[in-house]
Amino acid sequence: MAAYLLRRLWQMVPTILGVVLLVFFLFKYFGGDPAEILGGLNATPEQIDAIRQQLGLDQPVWVQLGIYLKSVVTFDWGKSWATNESVANLFATRLPATLTVMLPILVLEALIALPIAMWVAYRRGSVADRTIMVVSTVALSISFLVYVIVGQYVFGFLLGWFPVQGWSDSVWTNLTTYAPLPVMLAVAVSLAPYTRLYRTFFLDELGHDYVRTARAKGLGENTVMFKHVLRNAMIPILTNIGLALPSVFVGSFLIEVFFSIPGLGREVLMAVNRSDYPVIQAIAVYLAVLTMLINLAVDLLFKLVDPRVQLK
Amino acid sequence: MTPAAGAVGAAAERSEGVWHAAWRRFRTDRVGVVSAAVVIAFLLLILASWTGIVARDWQREVGVANAPPTFLGPRPPEAIGAIEVPAGPNVDLSDVDPLAPRYAEWEAAAQKYRTAETPKAETLPLGGDRLGRDVLAKAIKGTEISVFVGVLAAIVATTIGTVLGALSGFFGRRVGDFLEWLYNVFESIPGILLIFAFAAVFGRGIGTVVLILGFTGWTGLYRQVRAEFMKHGSREYVRAAEAIGASRTSRMFRHILPNVSHVILVRMSLLVVGFIKAEVILSYLGLGVGVEDVSWGTMLAEAQSELILGYWWQLAAATLFMAVFVTAFSLLADAVRDALDPKLRGLE
Repeated sequence: MAAYLLRRLWQMVPTILGVVLLVFFLFKYFGGDPAEILGGLNATPEQIDAIRQQLGLDQPVWVQLGIYLKSVVTFDWGKSWATNESVANLFATRLPATLTVMLPILVLEALIALPIAMWVAYRRGSVADRTIMVVSTVALSISFLVYVIVGQYVFGFLLGWFPVQGWSDSVWTNLTTYAPLPVMLAVAVSLAPYTRLYRTFFLDELGHDYVRTARAKGLGENTVMFKHVLRNAMIPILTNIGLALPSVFVGSFLIEVFFSIPGLGREVLMAVNRSDYPVIQAIAVYLAVLTMLINLAVDLLFKLVDPRVQLK
Repeated sequence: MTPAAGAVGAAAERSEGVWHAAWRRFRTDRVGVVSAAVVIAFLLLILASWTGIVARDWQREVGVANAPPTFLGPRPPEAIGAIEVPAGPNVDLSDVDPLAPRYAEWEAAAQKYRTAETPKAETLPLGGDRLGRDVLAKAIKGTEISVFVGVLAAIVATTIGTVLGALSGFFGRRVGDFLEWLYNVFESIPGILLIFAFAAVFGRGIGTVVLILGFTGWTGLYRQVRAEFMKHGSREYVRAAEAIGASRTSRMFRHILPNVSHVILVRMSLLVVGFIKAEVILSYLGLGVGVEDVSWGTMLAEAQSELILGYWWQLAAATLFMAVFVTAFSLLADAVRDALDPKLRGLE
């Protein structure tokens, strides 16, 4: 176990290095010039040169790469070039807003999709099953944009139930006033694909021999479904939720842009538009590490719930 | 050889091929056939729009601004701010009007220029946009661009994913390790960062969207193709091909590839749907197709500000076209998968 853990952690090093190199060269050679963006339209060439010098952009490439690598190792990301806010502080202040919206979405999706999926899988081939599958196919084919535009118009403008967009300092106000509309729309959008996916997991389990055995020995349908099938189907479902976790931290930048939520996703968008290297580089590395750690945790969890799984 | 023996030989030879069997199964799938018909109708529409038979003049401002759809009838004049012409007798102001002596001179000067009155339609089949352009023509042209982007991006992503997956699965070892590393790196970087970085590189336009989506969307397909190639690499027919001296390239692309092509086809059709949706979002954010083009995404972006004024038809047209096409395409993809791999039927 310890050896496995060590090996997995060791394997992360080259991947992180790859992420660092890819992000560095991508933005270095292809992204906008940060000095020109910071200088603005009226900056003279001398001013731009001065900014470049101040940011260290005139240094040789390997020196700049060295600075980046050092910040990865020391976790000291410095300050945002655009706002002079320290990157650590930026993350700490933007993350709560993202989580306020994304965690309810994650929980509600799972809680609503699970019973529907289980029910339609149980009644496979019935009218209800086919209706739900058709509805979810159609729902899936409409762009998220349409949901947002119509949702903001109907619930925010016509009915006036929620503000169209906005955010406050109080967590409670955010949860009760500003978050419901984006959460509701996001859940409505993701419900269809999750229901479809979970349905396949349930169908997969329902086809196994142990289900027939359980029924043959006279167990009630409720016992079969909730004690036997549900438990086994939870393994792929939990894996799936685990894999969706990293995206919770960066949030859906779309939701944040549409609803003016000051979260991490919107911050990333702005950082890329401003070629704000410290922020971009920090977020890339953080998310890469987070993704890999969560993958590792999911694998370990697998072992925990299913003793047959061999960790290799 | 007697004719009878020949007939027996021919019958034994002609075992049903995978595509033939798939077609036989597909024909019995009513949903699949109907959605195939819808998709083909859309493709014909796209072809007509591409060759300029329909919607060539989508940029012409043929109607009044925000012209309502025909079935709603024209808007009452006061709604567009038109002032009624006074009906009473004209009062002669020429003795107090200081400009009166020059009217004749200006009239003569104006005669030198030809002016033409362009009649603007009060209503259009599916309404008009802010500039009075025909929403129906825009929706058709937008369909062409959006589907074109989705399909082309899927081809790019499929090509990258297939080639890398084939190399990784077939050779394994160093090549496999390197490609797995590349895959991990691409998977670990958040999608938005990659998309925005590529958008910054290539500038705005249809080609950019295709490349962005293609370069960032190959990972899932790579993984699947790799697994298939690993599975098939040790199969007997590949070993047999090796024994008779088939080269590596030949074994990879002439022997294994046809046997995994149905997996690739299904995966690719899923990519098309995903990319069409992604194009809409990118265009809305201003990273997609340029201002001189129209797509479902740019239509939705315009529709947001129109809706608040009560002009809902552009939103409805773009949504309807997109919903019908994407639904039909998804159902077709499902039917194709079921036909190619009957074991999976009804699972998803």
